[in-house]
Amino acid sequence: MARKLNLRIWRGNRETGALQNVTVEANEGEVVLDVIHRVQAEQLNDLAVRWNCKAGKCGSCSMEINGKPRLACMTQVASFPEDEEITITPLRAFPVIKDLVTDVSFNYKKAMEIPAFEPPVGMKPGEPRMAQMDVERSQEFRKCIECFLCQDTCHVIRDHEENKESFAGPRFFIRIAELDMHPLDILRNRKKKAQEEHGLGMCNITKCCTEVCPEHIRITDNAIIPMKERVVDEKYDPIRWLGSKIRKREGIL
Amino acid sequence: MTNQIERHKYDILVIGAGGAGLRAAVEAREAGLRVAIICKSLFGKAHTVMAEGGAAASMGNVNDNDNWMVHFRDTMRGGKFLNHYRMAELHAKEAPDRIWELEMWGALFDRTKEGKISQRNFGGHEYPRLAHVGDRTGLELIRTMQQRIVALQQKDKAETGNAESNIKVFAELTITEILKEGGKVSGAYGYWRENGAEVLFEAPAVVLATGGVGKTFKITSNSWEGTGDGHALALKAGANLVDMEFLQFHPTGMVWPPSVRGILVTESVRGEGGVLTNTDGERFMFKYIPDVFKDKYADNEAEADRWYEDQDNNRRPPELLPRDEVARAINSEVKAGRGTEHGGVFLDVSKRIPAEVIKKRLPSMWHQFYELAGVDITKEAMEVGPTCHYVMGGIEVDPDTAAAVGVPGLYAAGECAGGMHGSNRLGGNSLTDLLVFGRRAGMGAAEYVKSAGSNPVSEAAISAAAAKIQAPFTRTGGENPYKLHQELQEITHNLVGIIRTKKELDEAIVKIADIRKRISNVTVTGNREFNPGFHLSFDLDNMLLIAESTAKSAVVREESRGGHTRDDFPAMSPAWRQKNNISSFNGTEVAVKQQPLPVLPKELFDLFDPHELEKYMSPEEMAKGGSN
Amino acid sequence: MATGVFSSTRAKISERTLRTDKWWLQPLITFSVLVAFIIYATLRAFENGNYFAEPLISPFYSPCLSAACVQGASLLGQPFGIVKLLGMTISPALFILIFPLGFRMTCYYYRKAYYRSFWMSPPACAVAEPHSKYTGETRAPLILQNAHRYFFYIGLIFNVLLTVDAVLAFRNPEKQWGHMSVGTLVLLANATFLWLYSASCHTCRHTIGGRLRNFSKHPLRYKAWTVVSVLNHKHQNFAWVSLLGVAFADFYVRQVASGSFTNFYFF
Repeated sequence: MARKLNLRIWRGNRETGALQNVTVEANEGEVVLDVIHRVQAEQLNDLAVRWNCKAGKCGSCSMEINGKPRLACMTQVASFPEDEEITITPLRAFPVIKDLVTDVSFNYKKAMEIPAFEPPVGMKPGEPRMAQMDVERSQEFRKCIECFLCQDTCHVIRDHEENKESFAGPRFFIRIAELDMHPLDILRNRKKKAQEEHGLGMCNITKCCTEVCPEHIRITDNAIIPMKERVVDEKYDPIRWLGSKIRKREGIL
Repeated sequence: MTNQIERHKYDILVIGAGGAGLRAAVEAREAGLRVAIICKSLFGKAHTVMAEGGAAASMGNVNDNDNWMVHFRDTMRGGKFLNHYRMAELHAKEAPDRIWELEMWGALFDRTKEGKISQRNFGGHEYPRLAHVGDRTGLELIRTMQQRIVALQQKDKAETGNAESNIKVFAELTITEILKEGGKVSGAYGYWRENGAEVLFEAPAVVLATGGVGKTFKITSNSWEGTGDGHALALKAGANLVDMEFLQFHPTGMVWPPSVRGILVTESVRGEGGVLTNTDGERFMFKYIPDVFKDKYADNEAEADRWYEDQDNNRRPPELLPRDEVARAINSEVKAGRGTEHGGVFLDVSKRIPAEVIKKRLPSMWHQFYELAGVDITKEAMEVGPTCHYVMGGIEVDPDTAAAVGVPGLYAAGECAGGMHGSNRLGGNSLTDLLVFGRRAGMGAAEYVKSAGSNPVSEAAISAAAAKIQAPFTRTGGENPYKLHQELQEITHNLVGIIRTKKELDEAIVKIADIRKRISNVTVTGNREFNPGFHLSFDLDNMLLIAESTAKSAVVREESRGGHTRDDFPAMSPAWRQKNNISSFNGTEVAVKQQPLPVLPKELFDLFDPHELEKYMSPEEMAKGGSN
Repeated sequence: MATGVFSSTRAKISERTLRTDKWWLQPLITFSVLVAFIIYATLRAFENGNYFAEPLISPFYSPCLSAACVQGASLLGQPFGIVKLLGMTISPALFILIFPLGFRMTCYYYRKAYYRSFWMSPPACAVAEPHSKYTGETRAPLILQNAHRYFFYIGLIFNVLLTVDAVLAFRNPEKQWGHMSVGTLVLLANATFLWLYSASCHTCRHTIGGRLRNFSKHPLRYKAWTVVSVLNHKHQNFAWVSLLGVAFADFYVRQVASGSFTNFYFF
């Protein structure tokens, strides 16, 4: 059953832009990306939108739908009431390029700043033995599809452009947590760096990242807070600091 | 004008940033060369992320009877012995090393009890062989490689102060042409998708790793990127395509609801116990076991069910037959009127496995359909049918170096290269194909560059390439590219689809030629800034070449084999098994000629039971017993 | 200079948010309940009375440590004597409340709750916050949030004491064992909620196993960690239940002590 859908789509570029009203047909079972494609094919041939898999796996079609950061391919039209107008804008934490497409290079720059995985010296391919229970925590974070919705919603940078320099954002806190919990990684200064270079302390754990994650990664509870606790172990807990000086604990650091 | 364009100079240009492209780039960089990686979309979004089941490598972690020879046999059998034996051999031998290497770069595969990489069963593989991470193995693979590239860049930054000094990713850039000077590759020309600004890359070697061609078809699991760019770029540069008639229709794509149409239901759903039924409630796959598979697949439900518990003493359920067999079976059921109103059959895993086990073993399957379409696979059956998934055909390459035949300096790996999978690819073989041949392409290109040196681009070549990009804007009153694309998809879907006949293929060839005429008149509205209509006008040109090559190859191959089914020639022909269809392009149209398939050497021939080979080979071939 | 979503490079949209749902409702509720609790707790802390009715003691005052405490309320004696400030006797509740207050103020869940509802930083997801500067928890005083684990340890001591209080409530007003009243249930429930709140705490999860790199070398701690992880999922619920529980326990004791309620005995 087709229905008429009233959309307000933001169109513009870096200099200027506005919401444009569009009416389009929507069929049963369709998602917002489907109707955007229809608009593109039938009405606005040059409407810019980024997308790839249309299956919630690549994280390309990130945008804001009725003010909420979402994947357009995972937002069902049926989830909106019949008469509701749907407002679609580009991500508002990043510089806009055109229409619904933003410049997300910030994230790639941050990825570069996180020291890569470092396996034990002398370990050869095929040698690693890891228990499933030891890889599961990091595996959760590796589910990340890099849609950057968590980065977009995080008020630390969304609301404060100037913090972009010193703050890596939730996507990269889970990357740091993944590596710090990786059974084979040998770098031991990740916690310190997280706090001193990547701005972990800027996070005030208001959990918007977790709320928007399409992969349901529990970013705050499973990555950011455990990392904050690990930072406390290292930097702010005098008893643990003393303890670590007195005896070397296996597998703890 | 030409002196204003952006210019870059590299040793090697890798076009495509999926698994194969990134693996090639890593290899070339590690060989000490400067590498540019071009992606059409953002870095890390390539279609590789969609691969769910796993990566096939005979590590023998779960069943130690497995080894490269068994894997090689399975691959050849799956490809119906049309594979380039050397590619299948290299693939089977090197796959385990490529997987282990990923682990050293930070990949975290699911584990066995002993802490090794866990391996799962998959259609066509004799033993549990697919290394996996839940059902998001492709994502793991691409992310690992992406992070490996970042690691290399960090190393460069420490040494040179510039992270991008030796390896740089150019994201959202489309290549429109491969440039040649003196018959050899000299670089490539393209434009930034963001603003349409033109870019020239000067590089003596180009690696094509652009993936598939699915967007040529109406129902496909491929994203917008699967427009056969690499295939077309290679053809236009003078390389050949091999066996373009072989397309894999994944048997179980969703056919309903529309928001998930074409999206795959991974084979692991069947591997974990999902069964296919028609609208009569019949588990129909037992009717479709071909003779060549009779001794490997159970012919009754009781035995098939026992297999899930005891794989050593029972034959496999027929739901796990190679993809082409399952696709054809579903197609036949639907044609016989036993399909759903949306043209599919039911795939049900909910009645056999408890909901929480499904969610644990197939997490992204569950999540995807629940969130994308409100379908809960733990409670209800899915409606599935064949969807265009993978092209076995591709650029003709030398197996060891991945060098494209006929164009010095051009290399190809991954889905856009042909030969490895023969007439049909086994699930799980593509991820290791990417790794094995991505690495070989990187190595091959690096060696070539080291001996060949640079090959400067001429101003004439640049002006010609620039003129082509400007063309769609200079025309007026022509047709809308979206409309032409839809027309093309209808033609391929209806006439070059899963079941083919000479009459329909002939009709398709005529219609494709007609679109080719009209495309020269395509007009684009708007400007060059991130303009999808403009992008499509180039993609469309590529897809037309693919469609033409596929239709022309399909009409001459008078047999049914793997991903090519002729209603008018339903059987395999031992004569056609010895031939590859080679497509070439003369600037106006595609020509297809036959070329003998390299003959299995004796040591590989002897790996098979002669009784099996007899089903595929002529008595003369059998008598010869392989080459040498 | 405009920053945030109004920065010059961002898409030009004049609204702070385009959310159409009632995003302000959640912070409003949080704000109201917390304010109500603070008002109630402050009044009660300064009331300095009606906190003990043998055998029940209010969790706000237990273990009453100052010499100002009523007889029978000081389980651990009265080490502080009478503390006066500006000539006023400081209520014994203040010595106690500061610790649970510290535990909750530094709690990862409450931080989210009050940063959102009080500081509006941010008021809700994708709703622009009103502040022009933001430094998070990187400097004083918020850097003290890192002391959460110490409050957690102290909180455990209080949990033990309040559990003892609940056990002691299995007596009648004549201090004879083997009795049980509505007050017993109230204190028991309070202690249970507090244990659940502590056990589900993120610091607890970290201490018990989260800080390990290799679970497989510590199977018991892994087991404990998985249990705590399940509880941790519900930390928010336990935070609210235990907060309301403690207020209710105090309220109940107050009503009994002031004679408004009779503490009904089952046996």
